[in-house]
Amino acid sequence: MTSPSQTSDTKTDTPGLGTDGLKKEKDRKGGELVGRSPGQLMWTRFKRDRTGMICAIIVLAFFVVSALAPVIAKLYGKNPYTLYGNDNFDLLDEFGYPAGSNGGISGDFWFGIEPSLGRDVFTQLLYGMRTSLGISVAVTILVVITGTILGVTAGYVGGRTDYWLGRVIDFLLAFPSQLTFVAFMPVVVAIFVPPSDETPTYIRVTALVIVQWALGWMGLARLLRGQVLSLREREFVEAAKITGASPWRIIRKELLPNVVTPILVQTTYMLPLFVTAEAGLSYLGVGIMEPTPDWGRMFHTAGSVYENDPTYLLFPGAAMVIFVLCFNLLGDSVRDAFDPKSGR
Amino acid sequence: MLQFLFRRTFGAVVTLILLSAFTFFVFFSVGDPAMMSCGKNCTADNIALIHQNLGLDKPLPTQYWDFLAGIFTGRDYSIGHCSAPCFGYSFATKQDVWSTLMDRLPTTASLALGGAIAFLVIGLGAGLLAAWKRGTVLDKAVTGVSMVLSSVQIYILGPIVLGLFVYSGVMESPKYVPFASSPAGWFMGLLLPWLVMATIFTAQYTRMSRSTMIEQLQEEHVRTAKAKGMPARYVFLRYAWRGSLIPIVTILGMDLGSLFGGAMITEFTFSLAGVGRLAINSVTTLDLPMVLGVLIFSAALILVFNIIVDATYAFIDPRVRLS
Repeated sequence: MTSPSQTSDTKTDTPGLGTDGLKKEKDRKGGELVGRSPGQLMWTRFKRDRTGMICAIIVLAFFVVSALAPVIAKLYGKNPYTLYGNDNFDLLDEFGYPAGSNGGISGDFWFGIEPSLGRDVFTQLLYGMRTSLGISVAVTILVVITGTILGVTAGYVGGRTDYWLGRVIDFLLAFPSQLTFVAFMPVVVAIFVPPSDETPTYIRVTALVIVQWALGWMGLARLLRGQVLSLREREFVEAAKITGASPWRIIRKELLPNVVTPILVQTTYMLPLFVTAEAGLSYLGVGIMEPTPDWGRMFHTAGSVYENDPTYLLFPGAAMVIFVLCFNLLGDSVRDAFDPKSGR
Repeated sequence: MLQFLFRRTFGAVVTLILLSAFTFFVFFSVGDPAMMSCGKNCTADNIALIHQNLGLDKPLPTQYWDFLAGIFTGRDYSIGHCSAPCFGYSFATKQDVWSTLMDRLPTTASLALGGAIAFLVIGLGAGLLAAWKRGTVLDKAVTGVSMVLSSVQIYILGPIVLGLFVYSGVMESPKYVPFASSPAGWFMGLLLPWLVMATIFTAQYTRMSRSTMIEQLQEEHVRTAKAKGMPARYVFLRYAWRGSLIPIVTILGMDLGSLFGGAMITEFTFSLAGVGRLAINSVTTLDLPMVLGVLIFSAALILVFNIIVDATYAFIDPRVRLS
């Protein structure tokens, strides 16, 4: 595939800064350690970064907890749909706010009770995180696939394909993203369901994924195009061409392994952005609708009841701040591990 | 300069025409727009009125052409004449889209402009301070705080700020008062939204200006200036800062769209009647002409500001040639 001198250069986002990895490998070749792959080197560096490790564990915990939401809810003995306030009139006062102090936090309701509807906040948050993270992961996967295919192809094929793809990217970048998400949500929903019918949740989820995906891939595509533009002039690509490799093989075996780093780094930066964007849409009332639990919609409720029940904001809010903060720190650590030279 | 402006304006106009065409075709080819706007309980009269007003019986390209022509020349509807920048009439309120937009614009413009000034001043200031005192406790505190703040969202901070200042009775609820009628009222009414927007956006600019400043301080021209004995403060502000402005202006140009998005969420959080809130309300009532108007109008604004941002490169960095 590629020689160490080439892989070392691709450890950085900015071409021409990657001499550090090169030196290290040379030292090792002369010394006692021989033949560690760039991936292994990255992993060693990453393990040494304590902030990065802690954040990786926290982020992983978020995903595990969201994925296991039904199991946890079962052990906990409640679900996010039951209106507990209707079954037990002691839970809510006459104004519909939790009767107990601190938003009704108790041994039975760990994170309190939702005002007026009387649902359990803990399971709401678990299931809500599951919805939000699920959508964001789907968007991220689609965006990475689209961005990689289009960016690498445009960079490698060049010529007219590259030119027109560049114009499409320019065009899509002219859309003010958040406003476009809001504006296109009902239209995309209407493609699947006539406006007079009830919209099933999975349609709304699909629409959310589609609008965010359609305006999300351009950054990555543009970045990878630039990388591939310089990679394709390198000797190893030339060598592959001379040996008669097909363009598809060159892209798959020669170019793709060299752009894994920027893809990984960009992914860690993109995912929290998609989570907050999805939450923002649900907050504005155009994302996931009742009764499906959603992280973003909890902020909508929290905002409207904050004056009388500030506790409701605490758990979803703290969870989101911790999640985004850790993901951003993790992104920095991943970048540092791949590219030790760049400072924060 | 003139050539640059001409070329960019031409590009922006082409982009806008494509953008409006795309949006128009998507919006008006999905089902019957009249049905969409009316929703579940719609009378036949309403549908007929909407059909007539929009000329929905004509083929789609003709409809788009009429729409486009209406923007420049005005248009005659059965319910009256709609003068020059005509974006049609709202389904929901039967109001002229353009005048509604102009009605709402001052709120959003004040919000975005004030917010931008606040986060640029605070963000760049904090970044410069951190770079100046690099490695000290102050630097670490500034970096840490901005890291945490960059993870907070408007919809989390908004209710907290409202709780601290409004629900507790310290301040009145944020509202828009025209600057011309009462500058003090304008300032106090928008202070909290500005504060929230500034907090969210500041963090990124602090980190950015700190890191570019530190990079710039290692440049050779800065070293030369130091070596010939220039006062440190002068070197810092005149030599290094100027160089570090370029990436910041670039980020600002890319942020215009999210600034608008931020204004939208802020308006929603603080119940301010701006363009963003108009967009949300129109979307929930499926008021397509209004949504179309808001989208085209804001895209146009962002394109204009992008040209301005690119033109300022030439003023910051004489090496940049605009043509």
